Amino acid sequence: MTSDSGQPGARTAAPRRPGDTIFRTLTTGAGLAIVIAIALIGIFLLIKAVPSLLADKANFLFSADFITTDANNLMFGIRDLLIVTVLSSLVALVIAMPVSLGIALFLTQYAPARLSRPFAYLVDLLAAVPSIVYGLWGILVLGPALEPFETWLNHVFGWFPLFATGNIPLAGAGTIFTVGVVLAVMLLPIITSVTREVFRQTPVMQIEGALALGATKWEVIRTTVLPFGRSGYIAASMLGLGRALGETVAVLLILHASPKSSGFSLFDGGYTFASKIASAASEFNQALSTGAYIAAGLVLFILTFVVNAVARSIARGKAAA
Amino acid sequence: MTTTASTLDRPATPPAFQAISGSRKAKNILATVLVTAAFLVALVPLVWLLVTVIARGYSALLSSDWWTHSLKGVLPKEFAGGAYHAIIGTLLQTLVCAVIAVPIGVLAAVYLVEYGRGRLARVTTFMVDILSGVPSIVAALFIYALWISTLGLDQSAIAVSLALVLLMLPVVVRSTEEMLRLVPQELREASYALGVPKWKTIVRIVLPTALSGVVTGVMLAMARVMGETAPVLVLVGYSKSINFNIFDGNMTSLPLLIYNELNNPNPAGQLRVWGAALTLIILIMLFNLVAALVSRFSAIKTK
Repeated sequence: MTSDSGQPGARTAAPRRPGDTIFRTLTTGAGLAIVIAIALIGIFLLIKAVPSLLADKANFLFSADFITTDANNLMFGIRDLLIVTVLSSLVALVIAMPVSLGIALFLTQYAPARLSRPFAYLVDLLAAVPSIVYGLWGILVLGPALEPFETWLNHVFGWFPLFATGNIPLAGAGTIFTVGVVLAVMLLPIITSVTREVFRQTPVMQIEGALALGATKWEVIRTTVLPFGRSGYIAASMLGLGRALGETVAVLLILHASPKSSGFSLFDGGYTFASKIASAASEFNQALSTGAYIAAGLVLFILTFVVNAVARSIARGKAAA
Repeated sequence: MTTTASTLDRPATPPAFQAISGSRKAKNILATVLVTAAFLVALVPLVWLLVTVIARGYSALLSSDWWTHSLKGVLPKEFAGGAYHAIIGTLLQTLVCAVIAVPIGVLAAVYLVEYGRGRLARVTTFMVDILSGVPSIVAALFIYALWISTLGLDQSAIAVSLALVLLMLPVVVRSTEEMLRLVPQELREASYALGVPKWKTIVRIVLPTALSGVVTGVMLAMARVMGETAPVLVLVGYSKSINFNIFDGNMTSLPLLIYNELNNPNPAGQLRVWGAALTLIILIMLFNLVAALVSRFSAIKTK
């Protein structure tokens, strides 16, 4: 990254002109502005969240309540939000990861060279659909269609906690399971596009070497493409996870609220961090009550920060190797 | 004669590698089937979703009122009025966002490519990555905490645009960076050799060369933030009438219209929901299409 030769703009020792200094300061300032923006996000959320956290009568980490109607008697905790957020994102990941891997392999190794680009474009179209439309489709069209399958899962595997009867009725389709499937569709283009780029860079020598040893197409992929692209694929999936954790409006439209606390069932309802905040947006009037939601937002920010940072460090490690 | 020769040429035993064992062959076929199936599976939701939106929403778009009228004074159950105010709102908020985000984004990309060395550059690159992962609701909450609770300003379209800036910046920086790196080094060197200052080289030579790519990136970024719903839920009020003032008053965008009409149980409400969804998709596709055309017809020529 830092090697000077051949890098654009690697000139040195040119005489300093005032124009250069101004322009350099301007561009550096723009770069710095982005760094400051991130810092400000963290700082402002923290400043607004702390008073509410101090006034919180419930345990912030382990309480399932989220009662903010009385600003003098705040009781809120993130237990349920965390469970629902993580559960729905994991369902999405479990579905999206293998499918994305398949698509990326199809596009780079199997599809005819001429059709590879148009096919890739089709998958990218999935990313162009706004999330509110995914939400609409999820609750009104896909959810009802998934219902018989959910009922069957519940009947046959109900003894397993994940498929146990949840805290909302299956009819109505607003379960974590539906959300997970919709999020999976939203993650497909993200995971696929990164994975595709990595697979495309597999050294041709390795592939040809494997072919020369008489490997079948699948064996070539298993011995060269997959090991080469593994870290890129994992990084891409982490990026997808970050996206799923923060998805707001699709979840808000699909997931039904439940009066009962969350179990660990995929057929539960409830709120994720993002959908909880969005659902209360119209009632942001008292500073202390709003602070409770900002505290939830702060947790979400930290969560996505960590996930993205890990994803980037995996991707970077690959680039450096 | 020839037959004898060919008999002599033939090896005593057939080569062992010719036949691939049954299990290897089966695994290869299975993998091909699974991989192809994965691709087809991805097309199912795409087609299903598009067909649903078009089938349920197209009739709203057929009326000319849809494109020219707002919903002012229209009753929830009336099949009247249109999405003009929401289309205006969407375009206005996106445009204002672009006006703020593009200069910062392009300058930051110039910094990373032309100047950036050392720790600050690494931190900036990292932060651009992090910013691209910030959920839209967190961006909205941040602007809420800054704009509304700290500065005491009202909800307005400009607040939405500011939140969208945070979501647009990383996309603009990334795409501009990529384009600047494609500009041949020889161009810069030729300019320097003529004694042109570095900043002038960047402004007059490097940026114009990369212009089409930058425009493409900006169009794609605009298409992406257009459909964002979380900021409009938190930062601006819903309105049924037209409002061109981004600094004051409620302003509806297409996502906000969808969100509000969802609570309208009448058939007219459902039609408006799907009509607005279709309009939004068409707008986004339009921006994507323009981006694709720009990049196709004026790409940087790399040898």
